[in-house]
Amino acid sequence: MTATANLATRLEGILGAHRVVAAEAELREYAIDGMVPGAIVHPASAQEAAEIVRFAITEKLAIVATGSRSKLDLGMPPARYDIALDMTGLHEIAHFDPGDLTLSVDAGMPLRHLANVLSEKGQFLPLAVPCYETSTVAGALASGIDSTLRKQYGTARDFLIGAEFVDGQGAPCKSGGRVVKNVTGYDLHKLLVGSLGTLAVITRLNFRTFTLPQARGGHLACFSNLEGASSYCDAIEKCGLPLANLETLSPEMVALTAAALRETNAEFAGHLDPAKWCVCASFEGSEAVVPRIARDLQKLASETAAADSEILDAASDAHLGSVSREAFDWLRWASPSAALFRIVLPQSKPGDLAALLCVAQESSLRSALLVRAAAIIYFVLLAETEDESALHTLENAAAGVFFLAGAGQGHATLLHAPLKLKSRVNVWGPKRADLGMMQRVKHSFDPQSIFAPGRFVGGI
Amino acid sequence: MPASLLRELNSLLGSSNVLHKNEDLVLYEYDGSVEKARPDLVVFPHTTEDVSRIVKLAAKYNVPVVGRGSGTGLSGGALARGGGILIVFARMNRILELDLENARAVVQPGVVNLDITRAVEHAGLYFAPDPSSQKSCTIGGNVAENAGGPHTLAYGVTVNHVTALELVLPDGEIVRVGSKHGDTPGYDLCGLFVGSEGTLALVTEITVKLTRKAEAVKTLLAIFDAVDDASNTVAEITARGITPAACEMVDGWTLCAIEDYIHAGFPRDSAAILLIEVEGLREAVEAQAAAVEDVCRTHHAREVRIAKDDCERDLLWKGRKNAFGALGRLAPSSYVLDGVIPRSKLPQALQQISQIGKKYGFSIGNIFHAGDGNLHPIVLYDPRDPRQFENAIAASHEILSYCVELGGALTGEHGVGMEKNELMPLLFSDADFDLMRRVHDACNPDSSLNPGKIFPLSKGCGEIRVRKQAETLPAHV
Repeated sequence: MTATANLATRLEGILGAHRVVAAEAELREYAIDGMVPGAIVHPASAQEAAEIVRFAITEKLAIVATGSRSKLDLGMPPARYDIALDMTGLHEIAHFDPGDLTLSVDAGMPLRHLANVLSEKGQFLPLAVPCYETSTVAGALASGIDSTLRKQYGTARDFLIGAEFVDGQGAPCKSGGRVVKNVTGYDLHKLLVGSLGTLAVITRLNFRTFTLPQARGGHLACFSNLEGASSYCDAIEKCGLPLANLETLSPEMVALTAAALRETNAEFAGHLDPAKWCVCASFEGSEAVVPRIARDLQKLASETAAADSEILDAASDAHLGSVSREAFDWLRWASPSAALFRIVLPQSKPGDLAALLCVAQESSLRSALLVRAAAIIYFVLLAETEDESALHTLENAAAGVFFLAGAGQGHATLLHAPLKLKSRVNVWGPKRADLGMMQRVKHSFDPQSIFAPGRFVGGI
Repeated sequence: MPASLLRELNSLLGSSNVLHKNEDLVLYEYDGSVEKARPDLVVFPHTTEDVSRIVKLAAKYNVPVVGRGSGTGLSGGALARGGGILIVFARMNRILELDLENARAVVQPGVVNLDITRAVEHAGLYFAPDPSSQKSCTIGGNVAENAGGPHTLAYGVTVNHVTALELVLPDGEIVRVGSKHGDTPGYDLCGLFVGSEGTLALVTEITVKLTRKAEAVKTLLAIFDAVDDASNTVAEITARGITPAACEMVDGWTLCAIEDYIHAGFPRDSAAILLIEVEGLREAVEAQAAAVEDVCRTHHAREVRIAKDDCERDLLWKGRKNAFGALGRLAPSSYVLDGVIPRSKLPQALQQISQIGKKYGFSIGNIFHAGDGNLHPIVLYDPRDPRQFENAIAASHEILSYCVELGGALTGEHGVGMEKNELMPLLFSDADFDLMRRVHDACNPDSSLNPGKIFPLSKGCGEIRVRKQAETLPAHV
């Protein structure tokens, strides 16, 4: 009997044969950067998930909890990968109090289905993340990937109010609660956000929900250069217009966005000029507020010498918003070898952005840049081949990106790259001063390091 | 306390930064709660390095250390429950950096909350968390307790406004977590340390987000003849998805006390008022104010008054924020509770609080953040009467237990401290405590920082393992 078959047999002994899969074709679907698990387990409850965790502890096996598996290439591949714990079988809404705007939902609940349920009560969860149509709620949270609505609603840490999870000792634990304001005990649930499953297996999440806005709107302004686009964004920030999203696209990113829009076959009435820097704004509110914001943006665009600007109809804004939300996904595959960075810099200055583009130019690489909510930069370097020469070029350019991020008092993460490149650079950027504290936290949750070992910062 | 420790502290900080006489120490044995605990020594560091050296000395002498801001806390969090050294951050009160372009301020822990806003308001910015004690409470204390305030309904509590911390661990190591602009790769350590009540590390520097002032603001005073009508109004405002910047409720009994003290213009003959503020773009404010007024009228508000200018608005808020002081004039002491409930359960919670008050023979005032379900029942009592004190504690436990029963929590913003640690098993299992304990021990392995807080000490509460804390505390605790 092979090791895989043996593992599957023992897992079947715990949860039954119908919950365990070890067929090679299916195992490959759970691969992380080419690493394939020994078995896939489908728990149907938190208790079953805990049983598998306890088995893994006893057997010293490594577990990666999965949802829709749309973002498993974030971080490094795990150092060990014995069991893929597929959490999509936990998909119920445990509690929804529309009158309190609070929600408790199982880890594997798909975001799309959740949105449908909440919208029946005029509410929503502002987790507009890439791979939205397939993502699960816990996967979206654990990936830490940006929501395009973060400018208005914050990140998941701002509206996650509690969690239930299985810790690295196999114990079902909880943190927080189901009320919108709560300082009872340590906020351990906040640590789960963006943890890539390295601390615990999330089984349930509690959120505050939000009311769907009456109306939404969009606006597009194009500038002949980066400085113009930056002046416009500065002016928007200074007057404090409440926007749901504000994104600046480099000309190359405009072209990629236009192509992605075409692929959706959705009607888009706006004009994305691939020779210009474009600034896309989305906003929402009452029927009176939306046109007011649109008018103000038109005025600001005119005052900052936009080459072109237009108010988008609601449908066009929604289509552009969907494509922008998915940028992480389509940028990954925009060339045979793409290196996609997420960079955080203080109010991204034109000089900082120009320096990033210079890194690409000096390496003769195509690049595209998207600035979200003033400070989050998605920067992709696009190599046209997968050979060693391309990897070498990307490696050198990546070093330049990490250097610029550090020099600008910010930091960069390599979100996606060919595995060979990931193994040559530290995808999490230079070693951080708080790594020791993170290791202490990891050890507290997962003393035997059975959860996704090696995927996270500093080899955690 | 060894004399050599005092000598070493004097040598390290200078005698003007060390208190050791009983008449000095007595000033630091209390905070805003009903708890008391006297430290053995009080020290005033000026720098992070001072803090690190103090902590190392404390470790050498095996003496506990507790951080303290201005002592306005309401759960005994800044009291030296196990004796030892109280580190008072009052002299680490400098604003180190104002980065207005990026809306950030870097401050020392002893900076008073309101002073951040005063330093940046000329640029149209402010620091959003606004506890009632914001004129005197410090940002370090706000971080320790994850403090809230009326306007956190729309803007979030302290943790939503902190992006980086400098920490001193119990062995004196200085660690920085987070970053100025946030979104740091790795675990959300700021999210862990904010609200950890000084039990994981001492905070010596804080980077906070600054918020841009809204274009328009309207403050509404809705007056009700029945408490139920006021609480139903709050429930419907929430259910309709209206998010005011603040939604505060004050009952009629408390209003009279406020009027006697502040003369804020509150009615003396009502059952309750709601103080509701809406902020944002002019158009949004108009629409929200109209919607709020509509809900108030639907629930039989006797009158809905809109503050006509900043002066009237400030007066209304002055009345609200000084309410605890106003009630303090009515009895030798008051006990401010801090429970949280789902907002849809507000009417029944207020009825139950009233019944509990009657059961124990107290008039219980209610002045609280209704919009986020954060109750602050206030029990007036005479601490010189042991029976009254015991009854006040019993009433408090009953009210908080009821909050949990409704699906709520033990504290929304005051912290667990040494006030509610024995109630924690109402919410948490042994496994929950085990994990919290492991996280605690990863930072504070000997429980030398702020011992006797958050975790229950009594063996009856789920047989919680508190060996290390129990060993750190003196026998009388």
